[in-house]
Amino acid sequence: MTGDAAVQAEGLRKRYRRTEALRGVDLVVEQGTVCGLLGPNGAGKTTIVRILTTLLRPDAGRATVAGYDVLKQAALVRYRIGLAGQYAAVDELLTGRANLEMVGRLYHLPGRQARARAEELLERFDLADAANRVAKTYSGGMRRRLDVAAALVAAPPVLFLDEPTTGLDPRSRNDVWKIIAELVADGTTVLLTTQYLEEADRLADKIVVIDTGEVVASGTAAELKSKVGGERIDVVVPSLDQLADAATALRRASGAEPSVEPDDRRITVAVRGGAAALTAAVRELDAVGVAAEDIALRRPTLDDVFLRLTGHHAEQSGEPDLAEVAR
Amino acid sequence: MTVLDLPAPPSNPAARLRWAVADGVVVAVRNLRHIRQVPDKLLNATISPIMFVLLFAYVFGSAITVRGGNYRDFLMPGIFVQTVAFTCATTAMGVSNDMSKGLVDRFRSLPMARSAVLVGRTSADLVEGLLGIFVMAACGLAVGWRVHSGLGRALVGFALLLLFGFAMNWLGTIIGLLMKSPEAVQSLVFITLFPITFVANTFVPTENMAPWLRTVADWNPISALSAACRELFGNTAAPYTGDAWPLHHPVAAAFGYSFVLLAIFAPLAVRRYRTAVGR
Repeated sequence: MTGDAAVQAEGLRKRYRRTEALRGVDLVVEQGTVCGLLGPNGAGKTTIVRILTTLLRPDAGRATVAGYDVLKQAALVRYRIGLAGQYAAVDELLTGRANLEMVGRLYHLPGRQARARAEELLERFDLADAANRVAKTYSGGMRRRLDVAAALVAAPPVLFLDEPTTGLDPRSRNDVWKIIAELVADGTTVLLTTQYLEEADRLADKIVVIDTGEVVASGTAAELKSKVGGERIDVVVPSLDQLADAATALRRASGAEPSVEPDDRRITVAVRGGAAALTAAVRELDAVGVAAEDIALRRPTLDDVFLRLTGHHAEQSGEPDLAEVAR
Repeated sequence: MTVLDLPAPPSNPAARLRWAVADGVVVAVRNLRHIRQVPDKLLNATISPIMFVLLFAYVFGSAITVRGGNYRDFLMPGIFVQTVAFTCATTAMGVSNDMSKGLVDRFRSLPMARSAVLVGRTSADLVEGLLGIFVMAACGLAVGWRVHSGLGRALVGFALLLLFGFAMNWLGTIIGLLMKSPEAVQSLVFITLFPITFVANTFVPTENMAPWLRTVADWNPISALSAACRELFGNTAAPYTGDAWPLHHPVAAAFGYSFVLLAIFAPLAVRRYRTAVGR
């Protein structure tokens, strides 16, 4: 494999006992971009990250990170990556500062530099006030920031974030998103896994959808959404006898055939032109004397994409994580 | 952003060893710093041996007599050995905790020596074990235990205890890597170590045990260790009357057992660690 992509993987396979966690995954992440691995629990996202960060050997396939082979040049890869994860792997019994200094020393930074770097990161991640408190006393958001800071100690060109915002409150989630955006602006390549469609949509330049160990789709959020069709208008009418009139009005407004769900008193029709189409629909409904109970312009969400590609919704829980199964 | 001068990875064995030692020290310092946060951990490790000393010296000891000496002289080396054996629980819990908190994943993603996490852990636990031995020795002196052999031989005795403890710390590492949760680790260690440390000459001579039990006890490494410490500390009460080889040459046997255990457990632990993933 050649080229200057930050991450390249070909045909990655991994089996845990009877579970096939990865069934041949190809992945390319260009330098300086954010790639979002999107999929439900147990899809194989964490396994991919573990292989790319040299924690796990694949049964087949190969991968390079920052230009080095993850199997044959693992030590060189480790110098160029940072890893932060959903489990917030910080030492709870050390202070925030001691955590960062320790990681610096383990990257073999000289003592003074490890200390200076810890100071800089504490400042940058808004942890300076808590620097001398043990991490056990930190809130979930602070712990996650410390975890990300630890991953950045060596200023790695490639950063792996395994579900960086799982379990965080909305404000902390926003903080982490801001941090990631800043890193990317500095030229860092980020590979992140997430089960949150909103997160992938918002952060990732490219989204790779993973389900049961396979890549089922990839592309920008817009590309994926266009696969399931464009915008549509949803109308709910107050009573059943207005459905026919409303359907006629919407057919006239959009030029397309509306679909009617009598149970919900709902009519849906595909449209083009966004807000203008909505205005036209309101005007036509008005003309036939229907006052809609609810009317909205809907754009496809990544959940629609997921449903279309895999036959099930993305955000489901209760499935055991493959890493758990492997134990 | 700060410009960092990351050194290149070591290219020759000598440099690699220097890094392994440096990394091991960083991890050991990290583990020792934990004591300041959870002093009760150290307290637990020292209180139970003190309890054993007091219970056996004053409660059981009041009904136990040993030939040719006082029971407390006989008892103390046994309690030293038992306490050192139990340090494997400390190690196992620590390793298991690091596994369950995902710290092992972080360490394994860093360009540090593979051995450092385990060497750092076991050597920090060794330092803790040394502290425990000091506390116990003080406690033993308070209840009337004495070293009758001289400083040199006593130091060899303590060195033997540390070596055996180090081997047990590596056993603890394996247990910590294999078990699913710190709670499971704790019950496993206690269920296995209690019989192992009791079916031995730790607290009473083996001569009145049923023959089959006596054979097990006499060949138990714990017996050789206790007998070696008794010899090295000059606590010569209840001389051995059986015919098990290790107890006629306890010092050689105890060092032998310890080295063999270390030679088995350490490589097994490192091998297991290479493929261990967090949970």
